[in-house]
Amino acid sequence: MHPSMTRRSALLGLTSAVTLGRMSLALAAAPTDRRLVVIILRGAMDGLSALVPYGDPYLASLRAALIPPAPGQEKGMGDLGGFFGLHPALAGLHGLYRQNQLLPIHAVAGPVRTRSHFEAQDLMESGADHRMSSGWLNRAVQAMPPRPGNGVPLSVGVALPLLMRGPAAVGAYAPQTFGQPQADLYARLVAMHQADAVTGPALRQGLAERGFTASQLAGFAPDPKEKYSFPTLAGTAGKLLAAVDGPRVAAMELGGWDTHAGQAQRLFGPLGQLDQGITALKVGLGDAWATTVVLVMTEFGRTVQANGTGGTDHGTGAAAFLAGGAVAGGRVLATWPGLSSGQLFERRDLQPTTDLRSVAKGVLAAHFGLPPAALAATFPDSQGAPPLVGIIRAG
Amino acid sequence: MDTRAAHALIRFGFGRAGGQPLPADPVQWLGLQLAGQDLAPTALQPDPGSAAAAITLFELDRTDPPPPGQPRRSGTLFRTETGALLQYALTTDAAFRERLVWFWANHFTISTRRGMVAPLAGSFVRDAIRPYVTGRFSSMVLAVMRHPAMLVYLDNAQSAGPNSQAGQRNRRGLNENLARECLELHTVTPAAGYTQTDVTEFARILTGWSIEVKEPPLGFKFRPFLAEPGEKRLLGRSFGEGQQGGVDALTFLGDHPMTHRALAVKLARHFITDQPPPEAVRAIEGALRDTRGNLASAYRAIIAQPAAWKPLQKLRSPFDLTLAAFRAGLPVSGIQAAAEGPLPGVMTALGQGLFNAVQPSGWPDVASEWIGPEAMMRRVDWAYGFANRPELPDPVQMADTALGPLLPDRTMADLRQAGSRREGMTLLLASPEFQRR
Repeated sequence: MHPSMTRRSALLGLTSAVTLGRMSLALAAAPTDRRLVVIILRGAMDGLSALVPYGDPYLASLRAALIPPAPGQEKGMGDLGGFFGLHPALAGLHGLYRQNQLLPIHAVAGPVRTRSHFEAQDLMESGADHRMSSGWLNRAVQAMPPRPGNGVPLSVGVALPLLMRGPAAVGAYAPQTFGQPQADLYARLVAMHQADAVTGPALRQGLAERGFTASQLAGFAPDPKEKYSFPTLAGTAGKLLAAVDGPRVAAMELGGWDTHAGQAQRLFGPLGQLDQGITALKVGLGDAWATTVVLVMTEFGRTVQANGTGGTDHGTGAAAFLAGGAVAGGRVLATWPGLSSGQLFERRDLQPTTDLRSVAKGVLAAHFGLPPAALAATFPDSQGAPPLVGIIRAG
Repeated sequence: MDTRAAHALIRFGFGRAGGQPLPADPVQWLGLQLAGQDLAPTALQPDPGSAAAAITLFELDRTDPPPPGQPRRSGTLFRTETGALLQYALTTDAAFRERLVWFWANHFTISTRRGMVAPLAGSFVRDAIRPYVTGRFSSMVLAVMRHPAMLVYLDNAQSAGPNSQAGQRNRRGLNENLARECLELHTVTPAAGYTQTDVTEFARILTGWSIEVKEPPLGFKFRPFLAEPGEKRLLGRSFGEGQQGGVDALTFLGDHPMTHRALAVKLARHFITDQPPPEAVRAIEGALRDTRGNLASAYRAIIAQPAAWKPLQKLRSPFDLTLAAFRAGLPVSGIQAAAEGPLPGVMTALGQGLFNAVQPSGWPDVASEWIGPEAMMRRVDWAYGFANRPELPDPVQMADTALGPLLPDRTMADLRQAGSRREGMTLLLASPEFQRR
């Protein structure tokens, strides 16, 4: 099952963007044989659930109900060396960790403190402390030297995330099938229309006719309409990236992370999708996995303490992942700030200790050889966030 | 913040456009649009040659069909005309007046389900609707009934009196379609108590009202050889033979008290609520009666109704919903592409194709006709698709443009808590408030 790339883009190896349901994928040709895939987790993944600091003495007192079973127990975390554990839904990533191909990073954030999804996503994708009209990945691709046989590195597509947009790439909208929201967005709409005597019953009936049960809308069962799953899309992306003349840079996004309620249950869905997606990407890339870096990032973390509805609210310090054959993994990268009340940001959130831009700059510098001037152009005013070193395997 | 200005743009217009100023005095803003000129661009203004040009293209498509794969000339003309209409609707600040144009175009529905109607649709709005929107209703009735689009759509062009030359020679006969719909839908309605005899008599009156498609001048043509001779009686009145008999009958119907009542209900339903209060209907009806059907007076009576200022009472039709979203969300630079490209397609997908109503009664104007389970799901899915457009503003900013003080705090809280820009925009567009006007 191939997503419908525009024919011209496919032929020229230009950037294109493909949208399938709630996932989208944008591709850029870049003058290198090394690959970079950036996965944006929209909605703020709870880093303390994905990459659990189970060794921190304060964790259990703040969110006992949200902690997966300990490593070694049934459906327990995958241990990462005695202090951190991977969520049980991330079994594939745990396998990569054991092969030294996964580098989990904790207490990560951008330069600006905001708890607005939109603002934080814009800043994360801009790679700056203000919203820009282009994304850092677009600027990074432009900073790479031209590769013979390639034309303009970026072109127009549909559903291009800001991360991949650039001055020359503001697209005309290409109409497409509507796509369909995922179950939890439908569920929020049901709540919005609950009291509406006209639209409320129509919406509830319409969802029932499409096969949604109450439990699916509550996020406790798989979405029946998930025709094009994230793993399918990731597998396709891997194949496209593996092609000799294919694109070298891709951006993908995955939603479903805004777990304000019922988080322990709800996270299995998106975490599973992410885990299977990266596995499918690896399969699709084949041998090219060895020269690939996957950066998984989210706009911010979530509150350390559970809220009153079994979930967490918008927070600050987050988790990120680097995966791939080119990653110097097999360890956790974190200057752990601690979870005691005095160690938290504004006494509620994980205190960030690593700048997300340092992670991205470290990848661009070591993986693509971008010189300091290009890094500075890609991430304006980022002197305070030097590239991380030692995160990419030498050679 | 005063909600009346925001409400006026939503209820009486097509929704607020990004950057559009809120009128300081909304009643004055509405009144000036009724008192002044129609501000539509020249391409949308009356043009005596436009019906003839449309007919020429339609005939050329027949005699000299375009090669396979090439669009028909009449289809291209239809897309150009509707694109220009939509572009104006998307950009105008005088949207109350333009809403009235669309209201009457729907009252006098024509549909591209009849082939020749498509190229004539632009001319129909331009020549038979727009010039009469603030004038006397019976003038609009006359212009509509003379327009080739209506004469073709409701089959009057071929109707022949049984005792006309054509009827006698070729045994051709009456077609009642236009006469019946004009009585039932356009003017007095069945509440007037007309009988089948009245319908037949009216059809006899309208015989001869036809079109010329071959020899210039193309367009409306009264054909005496189709016309039923002699006097006819309609609703207790006598009408003479010839074209003048039709003019007299249509003027009589357009000015009829039962027409005023029917129009008052329809206008109140459109501008107030699905079940408008009887006192509002009476006030509008009175204004029409007292002015012999002056439409601007009827609109002023609506504006004077307190019930017309209760916000968000009307469910948006797909036309209204999509226009409002495009107006609030699109930069001016994107308007033209939208008007000619995605917007008409989206309207069709949501169940309201331009000039494509299923029946001569036109598109419905009550919520129950528009909202069923599948229709609601399509609206949500459309919202989700639209929300993906990269040029849209922040959902909170868009909400401020589109609804301003009419947006409840709890909906705003939902938008702010959405997991992504796209989700926030979906929640806004699919919200109970944005679904209404």
